[in-house]
Order: sequence, then C-alpha cells, then structure tokens
Amino acid sequence: MPVLRWIRRNLIVIAGLLTLAYMILPNVVVMVFSFNKPNGRFNYAWQRFSLDAWKDPCGVADMCGSLSLSLQIAVWATVGATVLGTMISFALVRYRFRARGAINSLIFLPMAMPEVVMAASLLTLFLNMGAQLGFWTVLIAHIMFCLSFVVTAVKARVMSMDPRLEEAARDLYAGPVQTFLRVTLPIAAPGIAAGALLAFALSFDDFIITNFNAGSTVTFPMFVWGSAQRGTPVQINVIGTAMFIIAVMVVVVGQLIANRRKNSAR
Amino acid sequence: MTQQQTGGDVRLTGISKTYGSFAAVKPLDLTVPQGSFFALLGASGCGKTTTLRMIAGLEEATTGTVSLGGQDITGLPPYKRPVNTVFQSYALFPHLDISENVAFGLRRRGIRSVKKQVDEMLELVQLGDFAKRKPHQLSGGQQQRVAVARALINHPQVLLLDEPLGALDLKLRRQMQLELKRIQTEVGITFIHVTHDQEEAMTMADTVAVMNGGRVEQLGAPADLYENPRTTFVANFLGTSNLIEGEVVSADTDIVVAAGGGKLRLPTDRCTAPTVNGGKLLLGVRPEKISLAHADDADVIADGRNRVTGRIVDSSFIGVSTQYVVESPAGKALQVYEQNIERDARLTPGAEVVLHWNPAHTFGLDAAQDIDAGVETVEDAA
Amino acid sequence: MTVTKEAPPAPVTAELKVRKPSTRKRLVPYWLLLPGILWLLVFFALPLVYQASTSVQTGSLEKGFEVTWHFQTYWDALTDYYPQFIRSLLYAGTATLLCLLLGYPLAYLIAFKAGRWRNVVLVLVIAPFFTSFLIRTLAWKTILADGGAVVDVLNTLHVLDVTSWLGWTESNRVLATPMAVVCGLTYNFLPFMILPLYTSLERIDGRLHEAAGDLYATPATTFRKVTFPLSMPGVVSGTLLTFIPASGDYVNAELLGSTDTKMVGSVIQTQFLRVLDYPTAAALSFILMAVVLIMVTVYIRRSGTEDLV
Repeated sequence: MPVLRWIRRNLIVIAGLLTLAYMILPNVVVMVFSFNKPNGRFNYAWQRFSLDAWKDPCGVADMCGSLSLSLQIAVWATVGATVLGTMISFALVRYRFRARGAINSLIFLPMAMPEVVMAASLLTLFLNMGAQLGFWTVLIAHIMFCLSFVVTAVKARVMSMDPRLEEAARDLYAGPVQTFLRVTLPIAAPGIAAGALLAFALSFDDFIITNFNAGSTVTFPMFVWGSAQRGTPVQINVIGTAMFIIAVMVVVVGQLIANRRKNSAR
Repeated sequence: MTQQQTGGDVRLTGISKTYGSFAAVKPLDLTVPQGSFFALLGASGCGKTTTLRMIAGLEEATTGTVSLGGQDITGLPPYKRPVNTVFQSYALFPHLDISENVAFGLRRRGIRSVKKQVDEMLELVQLGDFAKRKPHQLSGGQQQRVAVARALINHPQVLLLDEPLGALDLKLRRQMQLELKRIQTEVGITFIHVTHDQEEAMTMADTVAVMNGGRVEQLGAPADLYENPRTTFVANFLGTSNLIEGEVVSADTDIVVAAGGGKLRLPTDRCTAPTVNGGKLLLGVRPEKISLAHADDADVIADGRNRVTGRIVDSSFIGVSTQYVVESPAGKALQVYEQNIERDARLTPGAEVVLHWNPAHTFGLDAAQDIDAGVETVEDAA
Repeated sequence: MTVTKEAPPAPVTAELKVRKPSTRKRLVPYWLLLPGILWLLVFFALPLVYQASTSVQTGSLEKGFEVTWHFQTYWDALTDYYPQFIRSLLYAGTATLLCLLLGYPLAYLIAFKAGRWRNVVLVLVIAPFFTSFLIRTLAWKTILADGGAVVDVLNTLHVLDVTSWLGWTESNRVLATPMAVVCGLTYNFLPFMILPLYTSLERIDGRLHEAAGDLYATPATTFRKVTFPLSMPGVVSGTLLTFIPASGDYVNAELLGSTDTKMVGSVIQTQFLRVLDYPTAAALSFILMAVVLIMVTVYIRRSGTEDLV
C-alpha cells in the first residue's frame, strides 16, 4: 500500500513532529487560556472569550512585583555568573595549574546534583550563619548554580579558539588589555552570550532552590506556585504568553539581522 | 634601499628554550644579516618554530639574548618589538574584514588615517578588491597574502614567517614562493622563514640554517649546503645522498678509500672529517652526479673516475629523468638519476651495471654518525 | 665548485643565565579561578559539609540542635520514606527513557531532515523555555483534565482500561495518577535531552551514512552501527541532564499528582520548610545525593565518556 509505505519512509519525520507538538501544546493552551474568563478562582476549564486579562496584566495583587523582582535577580545573577564563569573558563583552557582535576569536579558536581539537595544544604548554611533570607540569599544561590553552566558554554567556545589569534594581536602592537578587548572578547562573545542567556533563563525560571532560600520574598515562579494552591489568575497566562512571544520575536529579529549582515558582506 | 639603513642584523646569542626537562632549543648563536632572506629548515620538532617565536617575543628564552641592530630586545614583549610575524595558518582575525585586519597594527600604534596605507599594501599583494570581505570568504592563497600584508604594513625591521605556505597546495605554493621572493626584494626587509620543505627553503632563501634536535647542524647558501653537507643529517635531509662506508687507504691531495671491493677517491678539501689511514670514512655522492653504464660497456668508461659495480633492482620513469635503485657491495640501495636523453634499453631491473662519477663530486663525512639521519620515512611524511 | 670552510656551529659564548618565568605570570590562572571557585566552595561545597553535620544532629527547634553522631536518623528516614525514594527513581527513570524515545527522532529530524527549516524547529524547541515552566506545567492540568478531550479519547480507545489495570492511571482519570506525573516530568525535561542529542548528531559527517550504505548496510543497520554509536556522547549527557533533575523534582508530583505519587523531593521540602525536622531532611537529601552520584558514576564509567564538562 502506498500510504503505508509513505508512512514507513517518513517515520522519523512523523515521530519528530509529534514530539514537537507535545512540546508546543502547553504553550498553545497557555495562550488560549489567556483569553478565558473563568468562573471560579482557577483557570483550568474554558468558559468564554475575554480580553480582560490582557487589558489589565498587572491587575493581580503582587504579581507584577514578583515579576520585576525575578527579572532583577535574573539580571544580576547573569552578570555575576557570566563574569565569574568566563574567568574560570579562560583559566581552564589557557593555563596549566595545579589541582585541575579537583577544580573540574567542583564545577561538574553542581550539575550532577538534584536541585533539591543543593537547595536544602544551602539553606542549612544560611540558617547556621543566621543570614537574613531574601533577595541576597536568592542571588547568591542563583549565581552558584548558574556558574557551572556558564563555564561549560564559554569553555566550549574558548577551546575552539585559535590561540595564535591572540599571539597575532600581541605581535601587531596590541598590549594585554588591547588584545583582550579587540580580539579575545569579540571572538569569545558568542560563547559568553550563550552562557549568559542560559544563566538568565535558568535563574528567571528557577523554583526549587529559590523556594528554599527566599524566606518571605516572592519571585515570579513562587507566585505561580502559590497561586496553584490559592487560585490561578488569568494574568499568569498573559505573562507566560507575552514571554513566549517576546522570545520568539527576539530570535526572529536576530536571525533577520544576521541574514542581512551576511548578505551585505557579499 | 632606504629601509635597509633603518634595520640591522638579528643576533641570537646563546639562546635556548627548555620546557621542563625537554630542551626544545639548545643554546645556539645565530646572526641573520640585515636585508637577507634567511630560512630555518628542519623536520617538525627540531626547534625551528621555537627559535622564531623567541625572536618574535612570543616565547620567553630560557637563556641567552636576542638583539636587533645592536639593541638587546630579549626582555621586550612582542607588542614592543619592531618585528612582525606571518603565522602558520595565518591567524587572521575572523571578526574583522580584510582592511581592518591589515590596519590592525597601525591602529594599535595610534595611527588614525590608515586608509591610504592599507590600500597601497593591498595593492602590493594584489588584493585591492577584497578589502571589505571577511577572512573566511577568501581562498587559502588570498588569506596568505593578507597575512603578509598585515605584517608588512608596519614596516617591521624583520618579518618572521612560520611555515607560511604549509596549508597551500603544491602549485599555489610554487607561485607564492616566487611572490614572497618578489615582495622581499621590493621592500628589502629581512625575512626569516621557517619551513620543513627543503625545496622551499632552497628556492627562496639566500642563507639556510638546517636545524636538527634543537641545534643548527649547518648554515650556508643553498648550493653550498647541497654540495658540501657536513653531516649525514644534512646530506640526507637536503635532497638525497648515497652514503658509502669505507676504510681510508691513503690521504694525500686525494683521499683513497677502500669500499665495496674497490677503491674510491675524493679531493682532500671535500672531506670535513679527520682522516687516519685505516680509519673509517663515509663517502657521499648525489644521485644525479652518477652515470650509469651497462656492464658490457665497462671498458669504455674513462680512467680516473670512481666506479662501483652493481645490479639494477628497481627503476622508475619520472619523465625528465629515470630513477634507478642499484644493489652493490658498496651499498644496498644506491640511487641514480639519469637524464632521459638517450635511454639505454638494456638498463632494466636485473641488469648488471657500473656506476661511475667524477671523484671531485664526492664528499667525505665522519663515519661515527648515524648513516640514516635525516632520511625521510613514510611516518615522517604523514 | 666552491668549497667554503666554515666553522661548525659557532660555540656558545654568552653567559648562560637561566631565566625563570615571572611569578606574576604564573599566578594569572589562580587569580582568574579564585572568585568563581571561592563562590562554589563557600556556597556549594561548604553547605554540603553543614548538611552532613546536620544529618547527625539531634534536638528540636526550641532547644537547638547538637551533633550527637545519631546515624539512626538515616535508617529511620529510609524506613519511613523508602516508597518515595523508589517512586522518585522509577518516575525519573521512566521519564528519562521516554525523553530519549521521543527526543531522538526530533533531534534526528533537526540534524538531518529539517533542511532550511532547521532554525525554525530549533526555535520551537527552545522558545517554550521562556514561558515559566510552572505555568506550562499547570497547562497540563487543563490538558489532562477529567472529562477533557485527551481523557475522552483514551477512554474510547480503551487505553485507560489497560493503564489502570497496570496501576498507571485510574479507570476514568489521568490527573493525580503516576502517568500524569511521568508525563509532566517527560515534558519538562525533553529539551534537556533534545539539545545534547542534536549537538552530537549534527557533528556526524553526512558522508558516513553514504559510506555505510556503500558498504552494504541497510538504513536500519546504518543507524544501529554508525549513527547511534556516534551520538552516544549526546545520549549520555542528555540522559544525565534529564535524570538528575527529574529525580529530585517535586513540582510535577505536587501539581499533577496526588499524595500517592509524592516523590522524595516533596518529602525533603516538607521536612525542611514545614515540619522543620532538619536532621531528617538533611539525611534524606544526603541519601538522594549519594544514590544519584553513584548511579551517575556507574553510568558514566559504563558508557565510557569521562569528559563531560
């Protein structure tokens, strides 16, 4: 049968697209339900179409506050983890030193550990030190668990970099600072950007570690968690949808700019 | 040329480099006269690149000093040395276009208006139309020329070239050899060229230093090195040599050596090794210097020539010449290159032959050396 | 012929004073490492020490805790909570396997079949990340809702009869059952499987497929003998990136499950933040860490890819 044969030949494509659908489905649901007007406190069943939530995205108490707090933490955690992680990556790739094995394990372990373990142990430390839980403890925790991921991303890029490029710069009258700013940094930039993006996403979306170490401070994921118990406002879906659309747009615009650059270079 | 007066000799004094317990370069003295095209030739790992990098300042010398035009520059970092490098595989900055790559050195020295100089330099290397392209959009040969332009625009006193043609295919390499030679004559700057390709070194350089195991084996003009190798390494690494071991019978104006059941002669002034009657000596002769005669014609060979009898074991036709491998009591595999002018149809594998050559074309080497030093094997070439 | 009498390589005349690389230069890597490594030592390694100590303490919140080397806590924690432990490993393992089965075709599709759609599909894989995963997990409540389309279809096809017989679901609902939790875990960690898989598949030279075909391999054999072995690094890091976080996750179990599907992460969280029984929480978390680390180590050894960082 030709239909069966076609299916068999394209099995991988069909299976792949089904997986893709599985991954996208919740986002579609989130988007659709951002136009819902639920009857009760929970936004789980479709009632009727409404633009109310989109007109008043901050209409829920504390939600936008938690959102802006999450953004602040994510930005600072990204900056911290990216700077520290980039430094480590350069040391690991470009220099010989003692205790390399131990340092590699120290960087690998946070990624090989269930989040809840890190969350609980960090809280133990803070409790023992009598630290005030809040913005700073969350920021410390986020930089900690983002660091390893940044190192992995940046290291890959630095490793593929030809060390002769820096030698060439030094040979062409660029001092150490100039070499770093004019050659090393621009070439390592894609890796550093990838690391930073990853750190931002991880920090912004983190729940478990934050939940342990935030005290009474409420980040956006914690707000969503709480609302799952108390009642889910439609505005949550509005925020989720907006983030999705912004992300896609950033990627598309970036791609267009890259394409145009490529074309104009020709 | 005007630049020549601003330059000066490069002088390495007792320079060496050790990594841990490994001596990459053993203490060596070397002087590169200003305005010369100087080649450091050797197999990979012989220390030639390390030597070059010490001149550039990219490698700190373990001992010794580097001086340029009488000024000690050993302690200067690379960005303060009036020396520029053309790197192996070029190291062009991938994020900058060609003109910015070329302008890099000028800008770092705070020169604002670079356009005219950059354009001139790109013209010199015939890449005027490519100024706005990125390095990856250029072919290997073009990238190579950008690398040269990027270094030359700074008017360095010395240009260092680290295997600059290694990534190019054979035909392009030939073309670039001539091109680099042309540029060197045009700008008159000292070029120090590192290569493992003996043909390249001999074509381009006016002085060649053959390096082996971290030291300079021999230094001289290409023809001189070829004709008068002083070690088996140089004899084998530069072209091919037939080395025959023998025992000294007498030494007068000519040295007479017994080898392979016969007697061979060579002029005394072509022997660098000490000669004692009854002592061992290595005789060398280049394959193209040898004539080949069929054993039946042995009596026609003129008197006074060195003779070795043998049997052809292999022959390959190269077009311009035919290369024979001859087995004889004097050596298991003697190489003979015969010009294809009048080919003797009897010279096929299995034929008994007589090899004969002018004794003046024989050189003598110390027999206490490895006879196969510098012979290229399949693994080396890979 | 000219014969030049040149002296053999000139004797070294200079005084051989050995230069040592400057101390400042040798210290550069340490300065680069210092802040980041210090951060990890203080906020990652030190907490583990504190936690180890907490796990062998006894006492109460009011009277304070003291180190009494009370290893009994470990035993008690295990006997009290072993179902949650087993469940965690079982759910996480199942989800990892499902991620591999679902993720591989998609990664393969992006790497070899997508052509000019490659970037579009990649964006579609990554973009959901940017909606908070809690919001997306809540969406599964809607999708799997009782009487919803998914449940209806599964009911009509009598799938639920089979799954409820196996104990995966109830006879008429999916929500608040093991299947819902595993489904949520699989969904949440799929990108962590797909991206490493894609990276290692993308590196494979397409000509290898042709070479295999040229050497009498059918497409299936080519996959088994060439493609899959070459994608092993991606499989290993993908399964690790999925299994490790899934084993400690409690969000899916709490949002999509019921009290019967609680995982060990929930217990740790409850003990720590609500019951305030720190020693038990610490002991549980240590056991989880040990189990995961041992499994990961064995797995990495087995698969022969040591260099993951």
